[in-house]
Amino acid sequence: MVKLIVDGSEVEVAAGSSVLQACEQAGREIPHFCYHERLSVAGNCRMCLVEIEKAPKPIASCAYPVAEGMVVRTDTPMVRQARRGVMEFLLINHPLDCPICDQGGECDLQDQAYAYGGDHSRYAENKRAVKDKELGPIVKTVMTRCIQCTRCIRFATEIAGVPELGATARGENMEVGTYVEHALTSELSGNLIDICPVGALTSKPYAFVARPWELTKTDSVDVLDAVGTPIRVDTKGPEVLRFLPRVNDEINDEWMADKSRFSFDGLKRRRLDRPWIRQNGRLVQATWPDAFAAIAARLRGVDPKRIGAVAGDLCDAESMMALKDLMGALGSQNLDCRQDGAQIDASRREFYLFNSTIAGIEAADAILIVGSNPRREAPILNARIRKRWLATGGHMPVGLIGPQAELTYGVTHLGDGPGLLASLQDGSHDFAQMLRGADRPLVIVGQGALRRPDGAAVLAQTWRVAASVGALSADWHGFNMLHSAAARVGALDLGFLPGASGLDFAGMVGGGVDVLWNLGADEFDGARIGAGTFVIYQGHHGDRGAARADVILPGSAYTEKDGTYVNTEGRVQRGYRALFAPGDAREDWRILRAFSAVIGHALPYDDIDALRGRMEQVNPVFARVGLARFGASDQSGPGGANPPPLPEAAPFVEAVTDYYQTNPISRASLTMAECSRIAPAALAAAPLAVAAE
Amino acid sequence: MSVLHPGAFSADNVGDGSTAAHNRMEPTHFAFDAESEAEIGRIIARYPQGKQASAVLPLLYLVQDQMRRHTASGWVPRVAMDAVAARLRMPPIRVYEVATFYLMFNTTPVGKYHLQLCTTTPCWLRGSDDVVAACRKVTGIKGWHETSEDGLFTMSEVECLGGCVNAPILQIDNDFYEDMDGPLTERLLESLKRGEAPPQPGSMIGRMTSAPEGGPNTLLTVTE
Repeated sequence: MVKLIVDGSEVEVAAGSSVLQACEQAGREIPHFCYHERLSVAGNCRMCLVEIEKAPKPIASCAYPVAEGMVVRTDTPMVRQARRGVMEFLLINHPLDCPICDQGGECDLQDQAYAYGGDHSRYAENKRAVKDKELGPIVKTVMTRCIQCTRCIRFATEIAGVPELGATARGENMEVGTYVEHALTSELSGNLIDICPVGALTSKPYAFVARPWELTKTDSVDVLDAVGTPIRVDTKGPEVLRFLPRVNDEINDEWMADKSRFSFDGLKRRRLDRPWIRQNGRLVQATWPDAFAAIAARLRGVDPKRIGAVAGDLCDAESMMALKDLMGALGSQNLDCRQDGAQIDASRREFYLFNSTIAGIEAADAILIVGSNPRREAPILNARIRKRWLATGGHMPVGLIGPQAELTYGVTHLGDGPGLLASLQDGSHDFAQMLRGADRPLVIVGQGALRRPDGAAVLAQTWRVAASVGALSADWHGFNMLHSAAARVGALDLGFLPGASGLDFAGMVGGGVDVLWNLGADEFDGARIGAGTFVIYQGHHGDRGAARADVILPGSAYTEKDGTYVNTEGRVQRGYRALFAPGDAREDWRILRAFSAVIGHALPYDDIDALRGRMEQVNPVFARVGLARFGASDQSGPGGANPPPLPEAAPFVEAVTDYYQTNPISRASLTMAECSRIAPAALAAAPLAVAAE
Repeated sequence: MSVLHPGAFSADNVGDGSTAAHNRMEPTHFAFDAESEAEIGRIIARYPQGKQASAVLPLLYLVQDQMRRHTASGWVPRVAMDAVAARLRMPPIRVYEVATFYLMFNTTPVGKYHLQLCTTTPCWLRGSDDVVAACRKVTGIKGWHETSEDGLFTMSEVECLGGCVNAPILQIDNDFYEDMDGPLTERLLESLKRGEAPPQPGSMIGRMTSAPEGGPNTLLTVTE
């Protein structure tokens, strides 16, 4: 620790901190543009000048290390003068277009010019103008506004791992861009919008839509992948206008994936806003009582064994609890939350969690990825692996079994299928030695490895690999399952799985049930459902599930209900309702509660608190929001003592083939459709990136 | 880049490589020839293992020289920057940044002879205006960074070339022609126009390195 004096008060900071960090710790605000705590230091905007005793000139505090006994002053005439001067230079070439700039109201330059700039302009010459760059459907550019802080360049290079942005030419002619024009190939490109301190990079879908002070902000949780990124939903009237990430160092740092950020227009399109009933092969509009009556009529006299329910990927835990209880009341044990057919052993919670936790990745020193492409399945988690890989100087070994993929860090491709798992267990494979030599080896198994007939065997063998390399110890749990569905862990925690004599998903759709309650499952082909099966689709989008439905009950999307979600780590999080569902649509658990009363099996909860009490009763993890990290106490793996041997060496397939189109909301989004359309061309046009930098 | 003051490079020279004009000139392929390959090995060996990216400047010079040999225009096309990036295992954008930062690299084609005229104070005091006027007269070029109609010459204004002692300097491609004046410049360019090989670079008035004009006037006798 180093002691120094900032504006007369003593502060103690970690050695190696910058003067700027020390000043912030002392509670002094230092204006800055290029400095960003999660990026490397550039020191080129010069806004953070402070006075340091015995130094002849003002010092750029972001790039100046602290020293013992240093005396720093942040509010002297010299500092004020220097800031005014720097601001005047920055504004020389910055257009005075705040009234038509989307950054207005949340612009660092605007705020800091107000606080630290001069009160008038002395500049009468022409300002420079810069041609706008085309960076794809997400990031809008107005490059004349760029103050060349290079944050975007550093973000793309360091965090996103796609070194595509750079500063070309020099001096007054310097421009930020890709030089060869192409859309950015990152799944994290939306963060450039947040990180740009001016209005040079703004949101294309949000262009000219609203001012920040007009928006109502609601905290929620993203459900478009299983990371559970904490988000802020910005709404105005009946519309979601944008999503922004909230800062959570344990989950997302402060980043957010593009699909999660830009699918919001999908919330306004293809919505189910009233009940529908199929009559003579055609869906006709109906009222709630009619829809309930139709379902009740069909259920009458059906053998409980011939009733089943499936839960989709975006469901809140509350609605799944209510559906499970409804099925229980009807006497059915046919429940499943795995519409993708993933073979998951839910007998112990650690068998299906990302046990190391996302923040825990930063402690890992060797990683084995089995049947997963984390860049597509969970871009935020992938960024964390890259962060760790960079922190080790690019030396951390990362092995991949599955389809080859560019993951933004150095990866050794070990093979395509599960055949290797045996040699990784007995240590004969080279990579097994690397894992054994690591203090904290981390094994990730993805859904691509489990969605296959021998998925249970792959899971069991992967656990054994983790056990054999010492990844399971009292203080480190290195076995991790990476989910791609936000609802999955919550469903597994609630036991939304076939009962002792119940049918699984394949059994139900294969003609095993006469009545199937489909709660938002859209990721399978409706034609698989037997022709004689009566399907109730409860969800929010007219997607694949609704197309094969006999009764449609309009539910709420995640922004329209209070909900509990459990992310892939097992972290319980709550989202709050930001707006009301359209038309006659209702919150999902309320629909189920109302229907249960119609058939005389009223569920024993009348409000969400009582329902959450019931969830807690079923699984105590729902008692508190958050996550406790734990080590491995029991080495015995899924599948029992003698897990099924590995059958075929069939190669793993990608769980997510098109990142931008994985759920009904993103499929309804025009922005995501455009991203998906241009992605292959952008990848082809982007010069081949070298992960090492 | 729409606001340009006199002397600034034209908008075509920097930035966006996707303009139609640029695409017309851009070759579809670039590969180092044998002569360059031999040199690349020597250059990369100068730098420590893992620091090959340091060789980006010499390699870009190599590209420019090879282009001059093959196409009679010493410039660095984008495909060549990609080739340099691939060779040095660095992201292409990092090469684009370097190549566009240094004005010594031409990112658009130039004439067979790239005339780089220093007009900074010492050269200007010693008559660089005459050299510029002579160049304009012989080549017919009006503005900076334009190429003559016969494709032989491109004129660029450059900052100090570090040869002030023998000012004014005219740099043709990689070579300095020193102690220039109007008539000398005219004669030099006319000979190039006739297709003669460029003369030996250095002082055009017979000065030995940077010794005084007409020979040394101190230390006339040097005792061993």
